[in-house]
Amino acid sequence: MTFLKRKNPILRTRLPTLPPAARSRVALGLTAAAALGRFELQQCRECGMVQYPPREACQSCLSVNLIWKVQKPDGELLAQTVLHHSNDLFFRERLPWRLGLVKLDCGPTVVAHLHAAVEQRVRVRAMLDRAGQAVIAALPSKESSAMADDRQLREFTCDPKQRKVLVTDGKTGLGQALVKALAKAGADIVWVGHTEPWKKFPGFDELKNLPQVTLLPLDLTDSKNVREAAAEIAGKVDILVNNAEYHRSFGIGNRQGVETARAEMDVNYFGLLRLAQEFGPAMRSRGADGKASAVAWVNLLSIYAHANFPPHGTFSASKAAAHSLAQCLRAEMRPAGVRVVNVFPGPIDDEWNQLLPPPKLAPDTLARGILGALRDGVEDVYPGDVAQEWLARWRDNPKALERELSA
Amino acid sequence: MNALAAFAEDFVRGKIRVVDLTQTLSPEFPGISLPPEMGQAWPFRIEEVSRYDERGPAWYWNNFSCGEHTGTHFDAPVHWISGKDLPNNATDSIPPERFIGPAFVIDCSKEAAKDSDFLLTKERILEFEGRHGRISPKSWVLMRTDWSKRTDPVEYQNYDEEGQHTPGPDVDAVKFLVAERDILGFGTESIGTDAGQAYHLRPPYPCHYYMHGAGRYGLQCLTNLDQLPPTGAVVIAAPLKIRNGSGSPLRVLALIHG
Amino acid sequence: MVLAAPVTVPYVRYSIRAAHWWLARAFSELLKASNLKKEEIDGLTVSSFTLAPDTAIGLTQHLGLSPRWLDHIPLGGASGVVALRRAARAVQAGDAQVVACIAGDTNHVDSFRLTLANFSQFARDAVYPYGAGGPNASFAFLTAYYMQKHGATREDFGKLCVAQRANALRFDGALFKKPLTLEEYLAARPIAEPLHLFDCVMPCAGAEAFLVMSEERAGRLKLPYVRLLGTIERHNAFASDPVQMRAGWALERDELYQQAGAGPQDMDFVETYDDYPVISLMQLEDLGFCAKGEGPAFVRNHSFTWDGSFPLNTSGGQLSVGQAGAAGGFLGLVEAIRQLSGQAAGRAVRNAKLGLVSGFGMINYDRGLGSGAAILQKSE
Repeated sequence: MTFLKRKNPILRTRLPTLPPAARSRVALGLTAAAALGRFELQQCRECGMVQYPPREACQSCLSVNLIWKVQKPDGELLAQTVLHHSNDLFFRERLPWRLGLVKLDCGPTVVAHLHAAVEQRVRVRAMLDRAGQAVIAALPSKESSAMADDRQLREFTCDPKQRKVLVTDGKTGLGQALVKALAKAGADIVWVGHTEPWKKFPGFDELKNLPQVTLLPLDLTDSKNVREAAAEIAGKVDILVNNAEYHRSFGIGNRQGVETARAEMDVNYFGLLRLAQEFGPAMRSRGADGKASAVAWVNLLSIYAHANFPPHGTFSASKAAAHSLAQCLRAEMRPAGVRVVNVFPGPIDDEWNQLLPPPKLAPDTLARGILGALRDGVEDVYPGDVAQEWLARWRDNPKALERELSA
Repeated sequence: MNALAAFAEDFVRGKIRVVDLTQTLSPEFPGISLPPEMGQAWPFRIEEVSRYDERGPAWYWNNFSCGEHTGTHFDAPVHWISGKDLPNNATDSIPPERFIGPAFVIDCSKEAAKDSDFLLTKERILEFEGRHGRISPKSWVLMRTDWSKRTDPVEYQNYDEEGQHTPGPDVDAVKFLVAERDILGFGTESIGTDAGQAYHLRPPYPCHYYMHGAGRYGLQCLTNLDQLPPTGAVVIAAPLKIRNGSGSPLRVLALIHG
Repeated sequence: MVLAAPVTVPYVRYSIRAAHWWLARAFSELLKASNLKKEEIDGLTVSSFTLAPDTAIGLTQHLGLSPRWLDHIPLGGASGVVALRRAARAVQAGDAQVVACIAGDTNHVDSFRLTLANFSQFARDAVYPYGAGGPNASFAFLTAYYMQKHGATREDFGKLCVAQRANALRFDGALFKKPLTLEEYLAARPIAEPLHLFDCVMPCAGAEAFLVMSEERAGRLKLPYVRLLGTIERHNAFASDPVQMRAGWALERDELYQQAGAGPQDMDFVETYDDYPVISLMQLEDLGFCAKGEGPAFVRNHSFTWDGSFPLNTSGGQLSVGQAGAAGGFLGLVEAIRQLSGQAAGRAVRNAKLGLVSGFGMINYDRGLGSGAAILQKSE
């Protein structure tokens, strides 16, 4: 991809518009799967027929027993078109736009956004569009490194390539891994937030040597500091990665007083609130600002946000609070087309999870998972085996998981 | 004319000046950091309630939060285990006359500049008395190190892998000041009346241990000690009247001759 | 059963009136043309997109009617044929004596966009998010597939459009007044490849209507009329075809010709539903005028003006008259009544005795669902 030119400062910034966002409830099943990066269609439990568009009853046997299942994504491109006209503002601003009609191997015929490099055989993906709703994209059967640069595909993804990124805590193992991974992924600038400069963490000083890196004093418990940091850079941040967290390993009864829990809330929950208030407005106004637009807000939550892990009980509660607030943030960012990406890792391999048995997530692995989610345009990320297993257990029977965690 | 009236007259006429020994309370000011396993003191934080806006059209005000030991602050005897059972040992029970006292300012700025772990010894105190006279009872002894001129928080905190390096008194100096000079309390410009590495003295943190153990007080994060004469200043240091408080941020003022 | 009183309320590009205004005009034109009083029309079918939130029954109070037989027919381009079928059965069964079949829509500057936004659940969930904002993409796919499969060229489609424009120039009600050459057709700007400007209809405001009654009643009223010989309808045919290359007429066409006692070769003119030229070809194939896939050859071997070898859409079709919403589904039927009752001066097909009208409509997701056809006969 060619180097992006600097923005002409006398031109008015294009305001965000969204593709049509209305969906019936049953169609939101496609969105729910796409949020996790899965391609699912309804399949009839009685006769096995795969259905599309989403519906309430099987088009073959009329059974209402339809369940969403992962389907094979391969298909045949039957026909294609290029739109040169649209009544819809979002597409009107992005013409010409390629669409295809694909006969999926699993049965249905689908209308799909069409990647420029497709041939006869395609592979489809359910992706979230700028309105946060699932759409089907038809991509080349064989993945290639240049695939992600497709102009249309980039509208659905949050690729950090040539974008400016803020990492709110660059000192932790994960923070350092994120900064390095973002620089490697082609980010233009990486602002690295850090607090308590008198506390030295090994490896942090080397980050200064990366040409993309600018250090930024950032203390999420200090409203004034957050406001001033935002005043300085919010107008340029394309991707905000909020990985700052305060983690202690206490429940209720094994720590007197509320101070430790309050410190967890002040960073994990109120820190998110402060950041969102100060950085949100500028990012929202730049949701459609050219090829390097404001595009994503990543929250490092925890799988404990869904189900409290009593040994880290107050930490879990702070992550649950942050998750709820992140959903609020997602609603507020949605009109601007900025995607809120929530990451729910299991235990990270750091000092606060020292007593937990493996498998634990190495910071590098988690950083890669986050970058992958940005590139694929996924919005709910469950990296690692523990997160995947807890998610499956929670969705299957949340009460059973509650009991299992308190064993 | 009685002494108070004379004082008031001299004060109004500018013959007596006020020196502010207090650092400004702001979120940037470094606070004490304990090891991560322990409970932590709050740094100073301030949240706007309204600023002539829809939250309050004609007024501006804030809510703030901090620990009892944030910024320029007062340590009461109840703060340390050695003083926990003494009478009148909290900020609300200390007799108010103890909040005013003469001050003796010992200049250790040259030594502190060369050695961050400089310890004030009994010998050094005796040498000070040799030049400026005996330290009187119920007075403050303030250790001037010019540490307040370190405006970069990293230099002010002065951490390395072994912890913090700031100057303070040694064990014998403290015992001497308590037992043989009956002082009101000890004051420093850094965080902590004890030296940064005082954990390794025996007993650890001797200034806290012996001062508070004798029902005396501490002042920390002072500034402008370089504007005070070695003797003759009168310090006013009145903590907030917090019920059973272990200390509080406060305004420390010194009165000196014009 | 017979049809009489072909009514067209002249189309305009934009109208500030509500659909009720257009339908009221159509109804009162029916009264004028038939010399009937309001109360003597005892059956009513209504077809309209922009009448919402009202349906046929709301219109009865709006216009002060009290029919004893009522139907709302929201089938878009298939509305005309289906309304005719319903009305004819009602008269046949004695449920009504004179049925007015009316269709009309208004067109505000944002009507088209708003109508499309709520057109169908499948369209909303699976088509509009992709940006076409209407059926253009679905029919672009269909056209592209047809061209690739059966070797149709843009010139083939253009020939139909050019002929229909020539027909429209002889119809006062048409919105398009300038001739169209093949060069202009080919050079026009792309809309959704391979569809270009003249492959797409122009949405407008207007209304169409006709009356259905017994032949005996028409005779007593001394109205020019045409006979209904046969009709068919079918919905969601060939659902498992991955792309729509055929629709319902292919299933029932033999039945249609049997009802009429005539074959495709006996038709003197055909009015197809022409939202896009490729659909006209599909109808010609499915209605037996040529074999499936031979549409292109058929186009190349015939001429389609009112005076050509195969008169098609003799008033210009929607492509040259305009699409007044649901009235587009009546346009062919009303023109056929005119052609067969001597009311199509200037473009009358010579010796026209039999005409076939085809209807097609309701693009729910990726294909048109409704289809129907009728064969009409001139009364001697």
